[in-house]
Amino acid sequence: MLLYKIARHVAAIIALVLLGGLLSATLVRLAPGFDSDEHELDPGLSAESVRALRASRAGEHNILYFYADYLRAAAHGNLGTSHALGQPVQTLLRERWPVTARVAGIGLLLAWMLASTLAFSACLWPLPAYEFLGITLSGAFLCIPAAVLALISVILNAPGYLAIALIVFPKIYRYSRNLLSKAYAMPHITAARARGLGEIRILARHVLPVTGPQMIALAGVSVSIALGASIPVESLCGLPGIGQLAWQAALSRDLPLLVNLTVLVTLVTLLANSGADVMNYMLRPREL
Amino acid sequence: MSAARKLACVVVLAVCAVSLAANWLAPAGYAKQFREVPNAPPSHQHLLGTDEIGRDRFARLLYGTRISLLLAPAAAFVSTVLAALVGGLAGYIGGTSLRLARGFTDLFLSLPWLFLLITVRAVLPLNVSPLVSVLITFLILGLLGWAASARVLSTSADALRNSDFVLQARASGSHGPRLFLIHVLPNLKPVLYAQFWISIPVFILSEANLGILGLGVAEPLPSWGSLLRELEGMISFRDEPWRLVPLVLLIIVMTSFQMLLSNEETA
Repeated sequence: MLLYKIARHVAAIIALVLLGGLLSATLVRLAPGFDSDEHELDPGLSAESVRALRASRAGEHNILYFYADYLRAAAHGNLGTSHALGQPVQTLLRERWPVTARVAGIGLLLAWMLASTLAFSACLWPLPAYEFLGITLSGAFLCIPAAVLALISVILNAPGYLAIALIVFPKIYRYSRNLLSKAYAMPHITAARARGLGEIRILARHVLPVTGPQMIALAGVSVSIALGASIPVESLCGLPGIGQLAWQAALSRDLPLLVNLTVLVTLVTLLANSGADVMNYMLRPREL
Repeated sequence: MSAARKLACVVVLAVCAVSLAANWLAPAGYAKQFREVPNAPPSHQHLLGTDEIGRDRFARLLYGTRISLLLAPAAAFVSTVLAALVGGLAGYIGGTSLRLARGFTDLFLSLPWLFLLITVRAVLPLNVSPLVSVLITFLILGLLGWAASARVLSTSADALRNSDFVLQARASGSHGPRLFLIHVLPNLKPVLYAQFWISIPVFILSEANLGILGLGVAEPLPSWGSLLRELEGMISFRDEPWRLVPLVLLIIVMTSFQMLLSNEETA
């Protein structure tokens, strides 16, 4: 059953990535200026060379052929060449991905630590101060654009992962706080408290099993938020990761690179969400 | 309506009203350069000083607020209409249409929002006139921001399709577009309104992010995104604190929206 679930997720991921890739290829093909090549403006090129250049792109006119060629090359590890940077896309991805993985990873970890500390504290010790602190902090960071948080981290000389943590934190806090509040309001928790069970025991035995699956799903979603936040943070903090690469590609209209990046990020997002789903399935209570 | 929501409503309306009066409050306009006083601190002539090419910051803030606050609802309207078409109709029809619509919506939702935005923005020409850049920016937001609303609307329409009163309407001979327009759509209105209002702050923040990254509204037209881009040159908050005014105004407006929408989101 577990293998069936994993196989279903893998099939869904492949289908979505292929469909996403086709949509992206269509966008690239239909983009204004797709047919023009600035190399043709080179006065040193003869008419025959220009014709040869045009002939080399003739196969790109049909979207399906264009996409089939892209897939064939991608299957052989060739993701094309970045127009702006003049380097193979796979080399760029290999160089940049570790930076993003580190920055987004540490940012996510910090965001989860801060959000869960505040959310659990507000539930375990229902003091107005915890509630106020959590709501004020999350509300404030929700109102500030991610790029401004990145700029503030530059001005304050703070590390980029801190900006990612502050961008992701309010979303995790608000959702987990709501989940915990609903769980703590359930009648069996009140009954457990009335029978004298300790707060830690109530949390471990009665609250976490109820909220766990949705928290795990939230962990999957938070990966997508962190990757999205990596664009402004890496671009403005000067971190050479995938986000900065995407920004540079967008400014120079390097569409092949941008499409590959979008497909890669989508793939990571889908993997994170599917991983969360499979984990939930593995941790579900077994029926006797 | 609680006192906090009333206050939030007053703040949003006041900011809208002041920005609409920009022509009278700042008659010099957002593009006029006072070349003799570039980078000037606040004074009687220039309430928030001038930027590095001598444009009045107060005028730019008023005009920028007007653009962001007027066009974000327009983009929200476009996205809500699209969501109603995709999610509402699919939920009403049900079956394969609903599954296909949900698959398509899931595909859209699996793409990180900012990656999708900058990819589509980069596909379109970047060197365009300021007015065209405004239209492109907010149209992209409207055309790409429908997925989350469509998911909610498809679920609501699916529930309505199986409700007793729709069954009774069907039994009375009502079907097709008439059933949808007379019985289903009016009951979807509260969800549509909620999705419309929830989209506005999301689009305001997205435009600000695009503007700071240089992919939003083009110069010399101001918007909150392009105004916040000025923070990039700041070394310390203490040097020129008046440059933080656009950020403070954005936070005030966004907080007001949050207070106004707190019931819609939890609904």
